[in-house]
Amino acid sequence: MMVYIFGGRVGVHMQLNWEFMIESLPLYGAAMWLTFKLAFWGILFSLLIGLVFSVILYYKVKVVSSVILAYVELSRNTPLLVQLFFLYYGLPKVGVHLSETACAIIGLTFLGGSYMTEAFRSGIEAVGRTQIESGLSIGLSKVQLARYVILPQAFAISIPSLGANVIFLLKETSIVGAIALMDLMNVAKDLIGMYYKTAESLLLLVLAYLVMVLPLSLVLSWVERKVRYAEFGD
Amino acid sequence: MTHPEEILLEIEGLEKSFGDRKVLEGINLQVGKGEVIVILGPSGCGKSTFLRCLNGLEPVQAGRIHYRSQDLAKPDVDFREVRQHIGMVFQNYELFPHMTVIENILLGPLKVQKRSRDEAQRQAEQLLERVGLLDRKDAYPRQLSGGQKQRIAIVRALCMNPEIMLFDEVTASLDPEMVREVLEVILGLAKQGMTMLIVTHEMGFARSVGDRIVFMDQGKICEISSPEQFFTSPSTERAQHFLDIFQYDKL
Ligand SMILES: Nc1ncnc2c1ncn2[C@@H]1O[C@H](COP(=O)(O)OP(=O)(O)OP(=O)(O)O)[C@@H](O)[C@H]1O
Ligand SMILES: [Mg+2]
Repeated sequence: MMVYIFGGRVGVHMQLNWEFMIESLPLYGAAMWLTFKLAFWGILFSLLIGLVFSVILYYKVKVVSSVILAYVELSRNTPLLVQLFFLYYGLPKVGVHLSETACAIIGLTFLGGSYMTEAFRSGIEAVGRTQIESGLSIGLSKVQLARYVILPQAFAISIPSLGANVIFLLKETSIVGAIALMDLMNVAKDLIGMYYKTAESLLLLVLAYLVMVLPLSLVLSWVERKVRYAEFGD
Repeated sequence: MTHPEEILLEIEGLEKSFGDRKVLEGINLQVGKGEVIVILGPSGCGKSTFLRCLNGLEPVQAGRIHYRSQDLAKPDVDFREVRQHIGMVFQNYELFPHMTVIENILLGPLKVQKRSRDEAQRQAEQLLERVGLLDRKDAYPRQLSGGQKQRIAIVRALCMNPEIMLFDEVTASLDPEMVREVLEVILGLAKQGMTMLIVTHEMGFARSVGDRIVFMDQGKICEISSPEQFFTSPSTERAQHFLDIFQYDKL
């Protein structure tokens, strides 16, 4: 079945082969699932790293803090592509062989960890001195203070930047095709290469990302409103 | 109680500076069990800093603070332990905004003192009842007035069963109509024999609640006397001057 879409005034017209698009759906579905998995683990580990590292930085733990700061600089100032190549092509040279999936997740985590660390850190710094002192004055230990007083408030403050990082990392997965993973980018490239169905393949590619990112954005802004209200009532 | 039998807290030669700047110089004070000490003095004379030193929120440079056979001026003191016995409420000591009233109060008893929830909750509710806020126990701080928040902050400190309470201008940021409800709670504590060190600018309250008045100026204690004597005929000129300014403010 052929459908014609007319571009109106400019008179461009384009044919979309719907049959081809429907037949390609399973390929896109598989790639979306892969993207989802990579993003899920990458984001989860990034959040954990951010949480732990930001607390270590907050308490200025000797030596460890300097190492973390160096990591943050390194991670933020190198492209993900370079980080991936290092893991995928570089590590085998020194005898470390990782699967493509492991490389992708580690790469995303290496990148995301620093962004999440910074997001949590700015949230922690926004928690007032008096909050900390009133926690201390009831005898809380440093760890309890972080857990019950600082982090819940820091988390609420950081939510917008954490959310932005989540979306950023999800989109960054588009680069893992560079290490031979069949992600959305690679599926689209292959289809274009094999069948010359450029418009269809690209349209599906855009739609696939929208289907993943849009609901996530909506959920995140909803969470943001909820958490902010629960914490601060505004 | 001007001549208490048991000394609870004894401060000797306390010195504190911020950088080069001396903020407390040679503070000596003995606090008896059940005694209510009111600390008065002009702004910036070191009243808050003094109370903060007693609770380990500020490290000190010299002197001794004897409490429970420990010296709190030493650097290796376990203040987690000490803070369970010396409670404090400050001018803007906020409640934790992400917790309800009852959660605020129970955090210390449950997590620090590891008490049973039933027992701690019972005590918390009794204390809330006493300050007239039992019906607000599930409210969030943002839903409370300043006076209510400050009464909850007092309950939060009391629920740890402290031996000494420190109050630093707990009514200073409140609207006048709320000052009274907070001061009444503190008066109630005094009647029950709680040992307290109170910094306040409410002179009427100072006079009625204090066993002794400690007058500070420029980081030193200038005079220690009974409220009667202090408010009628202070022995130092500086104290007289301080009182004159307050009289003037009242007009
Ligand atoms: N963290 C700090 N760093 C440097 N100087 C400080 C610090 N805290 C207090 N000071 C200084 O120490 C002195 C005593 O301050 P403090 O807050 O104890 O005075 P106060 O008697 O409580 O005054 P007020 O009645 O205004 O509350 C002031 O001169 C103040 O500027
Ligand atoms: Mg003060």
